[in-house]
Amino acid sequence: MEEGKLIDSTYAIFGRYLMVKMPAELDHHNATSLRIKTDEFIMDNKVDHVVFDFEDTAFMDSSGIGVLMGRYKKLSLFGGTVSAIHVKPRIRKIMEMSGVNSFVEIISETGRK
Amino acid sequence: MKKENYELKDVFWVDDAACSNAMELIMDARSENEALARMAVSAFIMECNPTIEELEDVKTAISEAVTNSIVHGYPEGRKGKVFLRAYIKDNTLYTEVEDKGVGIPDISKAMQPLFTTRPQDERSGMGFAFMEAFTDRMSVESRPGEGTKVCMEKIFGKEITDV
Repeated sequence: MEEGKLIDSTYAIFGRYLMVKMPAELDHHNATSLRIKTDEFIMDNKVDHVVFDFEDTAFMDSSGIGVLMGRYKKLSLFGGTVSAIHVKPRIRKIMEMSGVNSFVEIISETGRK
Repeated sequence: MKKENYELKDVFWVDDAACSNAMELIMDARSENEALARMAVSAFIMECNPTIEELEDVKTAISEAVTNSIVHGYPEGRKGKVFLRAYIKDNTLYTEVEDKGVGIPDISKAMQPLFTTRPQDERSGMGFAFMEAFTDRMSVESRPGEGTKVCMEKIFGKEITDV
């Protein structure tokens, strides 16, 4: 496997995968810059799969759903995928209420799907 | 500071001696203030000893309402204020989130899950659905050109019967 390329504390690229470390609170304010920067990495590095890491995220509102759905719409056109890992129960609940879990693979902190 | 078109006498809890506490926060319609609104209400409800679930419900609902005012009430970076008012009475939180923005032409359409006027900004259309789901009562008043007011109530310490 290709060597991982750590870009900064938020973004890392492993081959065709982009890992994005989500902020402590994912609201409309944080989501705006996050989706712009994530899309830049998708374009520049030709990644097919984005993995959003929610390990540090304690709060998310519907803006976070927009980030996941938006990336899914872009990547799925070319067979790519979006996943969310280290998802806490509260955030999983919000994802499931919105139905985004039909498009995005959600993996809990414990590794449960 | 510029004079705003509101008066303190309009504030809804004044003269209501039954409230155990009341607050008002007037913010510029800037996305930075979404976190401020959540933090203010979180601290405000501590006297009700909310469960973690109840606290998260309130934070989510407030975040959705304030974000709506900032994104939809004052679109395209329009300047304006968002008013967050809250009071506590009988272990229940009453909140109002108001803007003097563009208003909503069709409230019932706006409240449909997944409906959004701003797909280009990746609004998910779940804002009102989450406000409804995470509070015990929610209502929306709006007049095009005058603004929008969302009222929400959250009862603390209810028996957990629904999930």
